[in-house]
Amino acid sequence: MKRFAQLFQSLDQTTKTNQKVAALQQYFSEAPDDDKLWTIALLSHRRPRRSVTISLVREWAAEMAGLPVWLFDESYHIVGDLAETIALVLPKPVKTSERSLTDWIEHVIALKDLEDEQKREGMLEAWRSLNHRERFVFNKLMTGGFRIGVSQKLMTRALGRATGIDENILAHRLMGDWSPQTTTFEELVLQERAADDLSKPYPFYLAYALDVSYEQLGPPADWQAERKWDGIRGQLIKRDGHLFLWSRGEELVTDRFPEFEVLTAFMSDGIVLDGEILPFKDGVPLTFQKLQTRIGRKKVTKRILQEAPLILMAYDLLEHEGEDLRDHPIRHRRRILEEVVQSVNQEVLRLSEIIPFDNWPVLEQERDRSRELFSEGIMLKRLDSTYQSGRKKGDWWKWKIDPLTIDAVMIYAQQGHGRRANLFTDYTFAVWDGDSLVPFAKAYSGLTDAEFREITTFVRRNTLERFGPVRSVQPNLVFEIAFEGIQASKRHKSGVALRFPRMHRWRKDKHPKEANTLHDLMEMLKMYG
Amino acid sequence: MALIEFQKGGLYVPEADVYIDPWRRVKKALITHGHSDHARWGHHRYVCADSSKAILQHRLGDINIRGVPFGESFLVNGVQFTFYPAGHIVGSAQIKVEYQDEIWVVSGDYKTEDDGISGAFEPVPCDVFITESTFGLPIYTWLDQSIIFDEINQWWATNRDAGVTSILTGYTLGKAQRLLSGLDTSIGPIYTHGAIENMTKVIRSSGVPLPDTIRITPETPKKDLVGAMVVAPPSATGSPWMKRFKTVSIATASGWMQLRGARRRRSVDRGFVLSDHADWHGLNQTIEATGASKIYATHGYTDVFRRWLESKGLEAGVVKTRFEGELAEINEGSEPEEEEQP
Repeated sequence: MKRFAQLFQSLDQTTKTNQKVAALQQYFSEAPDDDKLWTIALLSHRRPRRSVTISLVREWAAEMAGLPVWLFDESYHIVGDLAETIALVLPKPVKTSERSLTDWIEHVIALKDLEDEQKREGMLEAWRSLNHRERFVFNKLMTGGFRIGVSQKLMTRALGRATGIDENILAHRLMGDWSPQTTTFEELVLQERAADDLSKPYPFYLAYALDVSYEQLGPPADWQAERKWDGIRGQLIKRDGHLFLWSRGEELVTDRFPEFEVLTAFMSDGIVLDGEILPFKDGVPLTFQKLQTRIGRKKVTKRILQEAPLILMAYDLLEHEGEDLRDHPIRHRRRILEEVVQSVNQEVLRLSEIIPFDNWPVLEQERDRSRELFSEGIMLKRLDSTYQSGRKKGDWWKWKIDPLTIDAVMIYAQQGHGRRANLFTDYTFAVWDGDSLVPFAKAYSGLTDAEFREITTFVRRNTLERFGPVRSVQPNLVFEIAFEGIQASKRHKSGVALRFPRMHRWRKDKHPKEANTLHDLMEMLKMYG
Repeated sequence: MALIEFQKGGLYVPEADVYIDPWRRVKKALITHGHSDHARWGHHRYVCADSSKAILQHRLGDINIRGVPFGESFLVNGVQFTFYPAGHIVGSAQIKVEYQDEIWVVSGDYKTEDDGISGAFEPVPCDVFITESTFGLPIYTWLDQSIIFDEINQWWATNRDAGVTSILTGYTLGKAQRLLSGLDTSIGPIYTHGAIENMTKVIRSSGVPLPDTIRITPETPKKDLVGAMVVAPPSATGSPWMKRFKTVSIATASGWMQLRGARRRRSVDRGFVLSDHADWHGLNQTIEATGASKIYATHGYTDVFRRWLESKGLEAGVVKTRFEGELAEINEGSEPEEEEQP
């Protein structure tokens, strides 16, 4: 545990990528194999299942610290991280421990089937034997995500340097459905892969938002344009009689979306498709809201299948007849893709249509139609582009439509978490309904750190009431809120739900009375809902 | 009539017609210490602890000021006042106010650990204690300063070996001198930002032993700064002043660095947890030692702290003041620290 806690601290103490990679590389060169494997798992969101509920962890920590639960909770609101709060309030450890990371994780996993009293003893035992840093890491294992500013890509790079294995090959090996309890470091990372690894997806190639004018892209004839759909990125694999569907978070979602099962019979082996998983009915896409009713739901009823049926809008072909096509230009991949989709001939598999255009202004007009077609904008792909891995600039662009915007008044503020702990960064916004303000959206992104600091000072000085971590403030600040879509909603007081609201600009020039009204919002609902 | 009233202009002692650390201009002000949220400009007369006098004169210029030794009482209209060391920064004082068998103490800012240069804090028995509560939450507990200074010196030595300049930031008054007093001069030379050099000179000449420092000027050869330690005010980071350094590692020393989020948000390379304010235990032990039956919290996590005190059976209240604790040290206070004499 000491070595892992040291690694965690090194990663946490620097903002520089190369220092992070160096720290990880050193760790991967020195740590024992089982610890390395767990480290890879933790950094790729494969945390062991929670074995003790958060509320019990909280209760026992407060008890050991000799604090009333309300004071512990207040502290938690300030820190914004439960694992850290616990590490900070506990009394000094009474002993030290030489147990390894793997040892402690197994300790945690073993708590799962015990009675509460034994769980409690297991937790206290850990807290008594670990120092501040180790406790923090241990608590992270217990309470949730391991976000420490290390992407999977960065971790893979470091592992590549430590093992001498090509980074892309590693990225491939680390994908998929594995856990340290079902594999070994040797097997997962070091062993060359036999062809029987059927489910392995390819790393997704991600587009950047278009940040240059289209004139700079060169002749239109070099480009392929398609609609950009608002679904989940997915990779559909058919190999050796088996079908697999992966989402971009590298999760295997085959079982969750049973409508694709039918393809097993109609697709030939050795095919990998890249596309968008979309709710789709009567020839048009449904809103992302409909898709949300499907995400995370493991059991699918008939009714849900009728209300939010899914399709794959295919736009790329990565493997055909078992051959990796990623090095071929998209103009070539596209040709075969069209053949594949046509020969499968099933409703759940559609081809993303190409928008013909011979000059940019024409495409811009097409882009302006996006909203009526339920699309987010245009995807641009250079016809010569290969299928790369990760987010790369230059060949693929997303050219989204401008968001909808509305001016709103901030009425509640709450402190952020993690990097933003101790700053008020999460706000609730309202529009006018006569003389009263009706809340309609929450947002927490889009401002600079300096602006957040300024607003934090405002909140401290203009608090009206406190409700736990939330403060109501003088309705003095106006923000332009940008969002991607608007839907009627019974669950919200305002009657609408926004898609991806964020702060576009702080309108210091506007008086609160100049903010928009509920009526304006309803007009938008009529036009775009 | 209460012995101390909480007025718009500050803490007011009506029987004596004096204010303590007022934020509006008044006739007579008793000052706990030299930080700008406590010692403001424009009062007619200032009274402070002896060891604070030179600091106030340096900061506020030509003012009408009297210094009183610690522990020596003086009367104003029959009200007796005494300064006691607060351990916060050099010259910082708590102020005891006595009148007709009633004793109130205003803590100003304080810390209970003896840092070797600011005078050793002592709790003063009283009936009513007006305390700061900057770090009045159980998440704020400090390690001994010797441990933190070991971390700082180790960081410096590592940077020196890598040819990196170490830039350590803290308040011009107080934190900067405390940092200087803990640096290991065998590692290398210590340079200072002009504002800190001026203040340090004032404090050094009042008899506080501090290591030698070199003022950074436009003429300072860049190569001399490689591997050196530079002590600078927080506002210097990100300013054009920083351009003179080649490769740097920047650290902040503050109680706020206790939280990972605060450390990361400052995007400094290192955050050392070193505060000139009492930690959770320090606040609680002090309150207990004063024996006070009524406690007022002036700044910091006042509401939570009051509830905590009440849960322990004490009578507690909150006073709204314009004192800020260490907020300006991480550039999150509402007013920037004054770097130069007005």
